[in-house]
Amino acid sequence: MPSYNIKVNGLTRTVESLDPSQPLLYVLRGFGLTATKFGCGLGQCGACTVLVDRKAVRSCLLPISGVKGKSVTTLEGLSTTGKPHPLQAAFIKEQVPQCGYCTSGMIMSAAALLTEKRKPTESEVRSALDGNLCRCGTHVRVVRAVLAASGQGA
Amino acid sequence: MNAPSQFPRFSRRAILKGGALIVGFSLGGLHIEAFGQRLPSAPRVLDPKEVDAFLAVNADGTVTIFSGKVDLGQGLRISFRQIVAEELGVAIDKINLIEGDTALTPNQGRTSGSNGIQRGGMQLRQAAATARNALFLLAAQKLNVKPDEINLENGAMSPRAGGKGLTFADLVGGKRFDLKLDPKTPLKDPAYYTIVGKSLPRPDVPAKCTGKHVYIHDFSVPGMLHARVIRPPAIGAKLESVDESSVKDIAGVKVVRIKDFLAVVANEEWTAVRAARALKAQWSAWEGLPAQDKLIEALRSDPSITDQVLVTKGAPVASPPQDAKTLKASFFWPMQSHASLGPSCAVAYVREDSAAIWTASQGTHGNQETFARFLGLLKERVRLIYFEGSGCYGMNGHEDAAADAAIISRAVKRPVRVQWSREDELGWDPKGPPQLIDIAGTVGADGSIVDWQTQMWIPQTTKGLPSIPLLGPNAAGLDNVVGLNTGLISQNGDPPYGAEHVQVVVHWLKNAPLRPAPLRSPGKPANCFAVESFFDEMAAVIGADPVEMRLRGLKDPRGVELIKRVAAMMKWQTRPSPGPNKTAAIARGRGISYVHYKHDETYVAMGMEVVMERSSGRLKVERVFCAHDCGQIINPDGVRAQVEGCILQTISRVLMEEVKFDRSRVSSVDWASYPILRFSDAPKIEIDLIDRPTMPPLGAGEAACAAVGAAIANAIYDASGARVRTVPFTPERVKAALGGQSS
Repeated sequence: MPSYNIKVNGLTRTVESLDPSQPLLYVLRGFGLTATKFGCGLGQCGACTVLVDRKAVRSCLLPISGVKGKSVTTLEGLSTTGKPHPLQAAFIKEQVPQCGYCTSGMIMSAAALLTEKRKPTESEVRSALDGNLCRCGTHVRVVRAVLAASGQGA
Repeated sequence: MNAPSQFPRFSRRAILKGGALIVGFSLGGLHIEAFGQRLPSAPRVLDPKEVDAFLAVNADGTVTIFSGKVDLGQGLRISFRQIVAEELGVAIDKINLIEGDTALTPNQGRTSGSNGIQRGGMQLRQAAATARNALFLLAAQKLNVKPDEINLENGAMSPRAGGKGLTFADLVGGKRFDLKLDPKTPLKDPAYYTIVGKSLPRPDVPAKCTGKHVYIHDFSVPGMLHARVIRPPAIGAKLESVDESSVKDIAGVKVVRIKDFLAVVANEEWTAVRAARALKAQWSAWEGLPAQDKLIEALRSDPSITDQVLVTKGAPVASPPQDAKTLKASFFWPMQSHASLGPSCAVAYVREDSAAIWTASQGTHGNQETFARFLGLLKERVRLIYFEGSGCYGMNGHEDAAADAAIISRAVKRPVRVQWSREDELGWDPKGPPQLIDIAGTVGADGSIVDWQTQMWIPQTTKGLPSIPLLGPNAAGLDNVVGLNTGLISQNGDPPYGAEHVQVVVHWLKNAPLRPAPLRSPGKPANCFAVESFFDEMAAVIGADPVEMRLRGLKDPRGVELIKRVAAMMKWQTRPSPGPNKTAAIARGRGISYVHYKHDETYVAMGMEVVMERSSGRLKVERVFCAHDCGQIINPDGVRAQVEGCILQTISRVLMEEVKFDRSRVSSVDWASYPILRFSDAPKIEIDLIDRPTMPPLGAGEAACAAVGAAIANAIYDASGARVRTVPFTPERVKAALGGQSS
């Protein structure tokens, strides 16, 4: 069976899959890393967003063969300090999630944004997250939390 | 704590019998037998008339709440704890909560109708008050003091005069109360509240932000298989043949076919997904849906209609004033999807004589009967256990997915997890029903309503359904519920402003084009959109200011206060609509609407500012102002989150959402064809919450939804003079309205 080495949250893992087109999402969830959610399988909603080499990627579309040798970060591995990552802390403080199904993808998209730009404007936050859908209507709080995590806002 | 004794004076007596302490006391003639038996491994008390159904004091002093109402992200987990901690007198961190488990929690009805707090929470409050008073009595007896000589603090009861005390755990830890819920037990005076009314954080939020929260999608049991159901390409299609050889190259796949029910099962989830995509099946043709572009006419002329007069007030005015104006208009709200972000999911394990169903259903208790029926099991042998899913706002596909899992589990004799695809969810979730609403009315030059007549064409809910008909049992030819459930969609069809004569007639339809279910604030967003838009049309026709005319007609002081607050928040300028710049290329406008939800629940006033581009008809809600009175507030931030959610989700529904279908099936099955609100569309929101601590708490999860449509429509009119009466307000519709066409 073909196998693929990928680094997930700092640990090197070997994935065996008969299907090279198996999306990363299913591999991650198979590892028990269930923070990353299936939303559409079409790359349209952002619920499955993870970081691949620090860039936000839709894991529902990314074949495992395309992740070989790369470094993947999921919500579970976003913080490396044992304490919540500043984005997680801000999402908690702002009480962002309702159902929370989109939250993982939101935080990962925001993390990629903050890597690129330490202090984004509100409009840049909205634009960076425009591909992440939320059905409960937490948008206002998400924006507030991302700005707070970047040391801006109230 | 400086609160006075929480124990009111009662006459009482205590007796000891059969080794078990039983305390009884009489209160206004009501006699209560009270507690003392050990709680061995006895089954749970589930009768909602019993305190034990709701509350247990554990041996370690913690308290467990058993709630038939469930938290879908709307914050009941903290609000229920606040209610019980306050009323019982324990610290909030000592309270656990078990939700929606038919084996452990009382049946409090579906978590729906925005009644989690106002009904479910109030049952808990009464249970806690009953328990607390009984604990005072028991402590008094054991400490040999009077009940009102006892201080209670965080589950510890001590004589006010000093000396050794007792804890709740000492008194009833691990035992039953054996006590009927006493509706007359006095409740704690809100003046002494220290927990209710505070914005305590929701306990599920940290886990949701760190990935530790276990959703139904993440839940697994040993030996569990993954399955996918293959839905037909047409709603009424029959399965003619299956070519199992089409999946022979995918190792470890089993095909399950029961009549028209078709599924694939595998060890790995991805294998099941691949197999579901690869499996070739032949289905019969079916084209039983109405033509979408003729839907309104189809509703109006449906042969199944039965009429019902819902509201009649006053008498028709024989000769209206000469300067009165008469107008009429027709409004339409389309079918909409719950559009849950995560497709529905469930896990089931069905054995010969019993079944366990793990589900995100908002009605585990009601579905126990439905599942028992199609599985052919005794109701008591079917256990439904709630696990949070992706946000549901009434009844999405969660129950269907659970039925799918149960049917497949029974066939393969293993625990089975089913998750739907995006296409399944948007295509097959039960839909908010279509609503056609005509209004005719006459308004006097002074703004008084002379006559108001509303007619609705809406599907009728079948009485007494335990759930809705489920897809799996239907396809598999199993015993199924028959009927429709739309929720209470006929309310708020009459104006709250007083009128000489009001009549609301509903033309009930026996069927709905697509399987309906209650969708957040069932029916009220459409009805209030129509009523509050039409009221604005009346204001416009006599040249009245929309706020002034509402204040003129409204008598309820709570409503009046809200409208005044919203007007102040948005610095409302008194003038009739449309505004002076109605021909501008980029037009701005403001609109207001007001709702007294179901006419006896939460009050909402909503102001909106929109900007629209005349050339394209594109529209953006820029700012929202909401004043909200839901009586006593349990958790202000929780209410705020719910109101924000109501506003944003309903803006999405009003501006963008309509289920599209051809003659065979739903065709809007992804986020491109069924778009919802994005960050770039989300307005700024200001919310003014009015807390009324001495009044009963009312729901906050729905009411604000109802005020959204008209606030936007009225703002469009104010900006441009164009009246949009059909949801969603797409650029094409807005443009048509600008061109003077009815839209």
